[in-house]
Amino acid sequence: MSSHGTQAKEPLLRMVKRDTLSPKKAWGIRAAAFILSLVTGGIVILCLGHNPINVYISMVKGAWGSSTVIHETVKIAVPLLITAIGISFAFKMKFWNIGGEGQILVGAVAAGAFGLFTAHIFPKLPLVLLMMLASIAAGGIYGLLPAVCKAKWGTNETLFTLMLNYIALAFIKYLMNGPWKAKGSSFPKIDMLVPGARLTKVLGVHWGWILALILVAAAYIYFNKTKQGYEIAVVGESNNTARYAGINVGKVFRRTMFISGALCGLVGMLQFAGADYTITEGTAGGVGFTAITVAWLAKMNPFGMLIVSVFIAMLERGSNAIQTQFKIPASASDLLIGIILFFMLGCEFFISYKLIRRGKEEHHA
Amino acid sequence: MGGTAEYAVKMHHVTKTFGKVVANKDVNLELKTGEILALLGENGSGKTTLMNMLSGIYFPDHGEIYVKGQEVTIRSPKDSFALGIGMIHQHFKLVDVLTAAENIVLGLKGPVTVNRKEINRKVSELAKRYGFELDPTKKVYNMSVSEKQTVEILKVLYKGADILILDEPTAVLTPQETDRLFAVLRNMKKDGKSIIIITHKLNEVLAISDRVAILRKGEYIGAVNTSETNQAQLTEMMVGRPISLEIERPDVKRGEKRLQVIDLTCLNGDGVKALDNVSFDAYGGEILGVAGIAGSGQKELCEIIAGLYPSIGGSVLYLGEHNGIPVQERILGLKPDEIVKKGISMAFVPEDRLGMGLVAGMDMTDNVMLRSYKSNKGIFVDRKSPKELAEKLIEELEIVTPGVDTPVGRLSGGNVQKVLLGREIACQPSVLIVAYPVRGLDINSSYRIYDLLNEQKKKGVAVIFIGEDLDVLMQLSDRIMVMCGGKVSGIVDPREVTKEDIGLLMIHTEHSVSGEKDGEVTA
Repeated sequence: MSSHGTQAKEPLLRMVKRDTLSPKKAWGIRAAAFILSLVTGGIVILCLGHNPINVYISMVKGAWGSSTVIHETVKIAVPLLITAIGISFAFKMKFWNIGGEGQILVGAVAAGAFGLFTAHIFPKLPLVLLMMLASIAAGGIYGLLPAVCKAKWGTNETLFTLMLNYIALAFIKYLMNGPWKAKGSSFPKIDMLVPGARLTKVLGVHWGWILALILVAAAYIYFNKTKQGYEIAVVGESNNTARYAGINVGKVFRRTMFISGALCGLVGMLQFAGADYTITEGTAGGVGFTAITVAWLAKMNPFGMLIVSVFIAMLERGSNAIQTQFKIPASASDLLIGIILFFMLGCEFFISYKLIRRGKEEHHA
Repeated sequence: MGGTAEYAVKMHHVTKTFGKVVANKDVNLELKTGEILALLGENGSGKTTLMNMLSGIYFPDHGEIYVKGQEVTIRSPKDSFALGIGMIHQHFKLVDVLTAAENIVLGLKGPVTVNRKEINRKVSELAKRYGFELDPTKKVYNMSVSEKQTVEILKVLYKGADILILDEPTAVLTPQETDRLFAVLRNMKKDGKSIIIITHKLNEVLAISDRVAILRKGEYIGAVNTSETNQAQLTEMMVGRPISLEIERPDVKRGEKRLQVIDLTCLNGDGVKALDNVSFDAYGGEILGVAGIAGSGQKELCEIIAGLYPSIGGSVLYLGEHNGIPVQERILGLKPDEIVKKGISMAFVPEDRLGMGLVAGMDMTDNVMLRSYKSNKGIFVDRKSPKELAEKLIEELEIVTPGVDTPVGRLSGGNVQKVLLGREIACQPSVLIVAYPVRGLDINSSYRIYDLLNEQKKKGVAVIFIGEDLDVLMQLSDRIMVMCGGKVSGIVDPREVTKEDIGLLMIHTEHSVSGEKDGEVTA
């Protein structure tokens, strides 16, 4: 039927958007991607001269092998999860808040202002409450800034939030070297939080994990059941439709970004008062960026973020374990994490699209 | 070879699919040399896809194409040009800052230097030969839509095409411009050119073509000689069953004045007046049609009244009643939610259905509650009653959808419009503004929409209908306001004027007629 010339123009591979994939098939693709990533990572491990299976086993053991390491894993997962939830508020609105780092840092500083300097005045409960409120306010205001400017002048929120990260970082450096420098230290560092003001541990980890679980449920309800959550979704889909429906787009921007920043700020407080007990340039430690990966992988679903953040925490813990156990350099274990995340993010493409080889046009009845 | 073959183009058993969608299925099409063939079909029947395969934009999955008697493989627009095929697309592809002549020679092989004088002369000559009026030195950005179309056609002729394909060329033209285009097409035919014109307007088919080929849902239905057919037969072939083409205009006694717009003025993005002292009244129980070339201020007018666009002068007065007490509200400058808060029931079906009226990614329930979600108390949304309303709309308006949970963006154009219009009607407005409500809809859906608008009119609603098809406007409206360049060039009774009269008002130049602001409203 078809003349021979037909194949001259068709490219070797072309993408076609899938209608919708059944969840079963989608999870199949994800599983395949995960296995492929392990295989690819295995080749890297082999090149380093180790047995991939042993390395993978010790990764899992390093994350879940004993109660001590489980505590460590959870400690990594908590900030990741809360930050991811915070960022997803903005992302649902298609407001690209990549300023999680900065919002965490200002939250930590605000908590530090009370924790470091008023610990002798207030008893523990009011002090912790004060630290919480201060971090929420600070993070929220830091998130509000780009929203106000976007609503007023249409500034680009991506650049804006990114730049705010550097300002927060520079501010912490200033505090470390200047006003907040620990007395008697020749090294630029900030004092430790007194043990009496540190967050109480529940089952071995500071209570931030309970808060994180509550936030997962709260965020889910907010997104799906409340008017404000509905408004976020409408604004995210189309500003014009939102205006048409009588939604004040600027107000939604401001309100949502305050929440987004406040949650990130809260993470700063948890890190300061629950995990590090001091503030350094590394307090945020890339959590603000990793949380973006978490939010995307989970498709902005809070329960999905819970799973993904625990998974990533496991990878991080596991990569630490193999560094000590197999003397694998940190860069190589980071590479391993990168490979796994790359495959997991990349497979989402194959869930939305399929590739068709030249001449293999499918025929439908 | 070629030259005097009986058929300029023959397409045999041509099939084209996009994913699961079959755009063309086993289509046979024949274009005789020196004839004008109308390719008729509803929206989505595969007319443009079929023609795009002739012009090298798509490549058929199956089938053969013969041009001037020889089997050919058209892999790209370049191949298509080489065979003498030229297509004039619906959306023009011109460089704004260049002149007509420069656009015409753009991309042609030639000497390194450009002899503009010579080119201008040649272009003028070509234009004169076919009866076009065109100044070859005019820049594209200074041109009207019809002039741009002329440039597109000349571009194709200049390259030496003798098979021309025009995709919905009259959609953007006034009746007078359409007549002029048809005259030019007849000249081309005399000159031996073979022409395919894609359209869905039956009267135009009958006016210009020698034969009509009909597509329905991607399939070739048949071809008939224009002289041996009529509108009813063509409609039946196009739709698949006989339907009446009459649009009803129920006699309803005109009610109270609902909306009074006085001297409304606004600027567009470039600071030029998009509306210039627009004044009119809308009454309950009537459909006020708004005619005009696209971009004459219709969009701004709707959006200002709906509270979505800023004005720089004038006033909009809403007259209605709230709990039996007459209300008069100045609504100009109020935001949509403020208008609702004042108890004013005004509904607006915007031109951009999925970009403004609805949220494409949300399901029907969430879309139905877009205008009402604020009404219940508390912080939570109530999805129960919107869901019931959505189900009711599906049943009453025969919306084809897998269910209330399907994102509305996945529905067909007609069903999307039913969701939108259904929601707006459900809030029982006393003023209903609809912008291009049948654009892109098939005949059945279009008539359903006209019926819905008539129902509203009978209920005493003041309907403002922004339209583009003059035939429809003239049959449906009780009065027609014609806009031209942001001004009201006339408000007329469609029963007393001709299409040509309205066409003249659409291109009405500068204040030659004045004093018809309100005086015309006698009905």
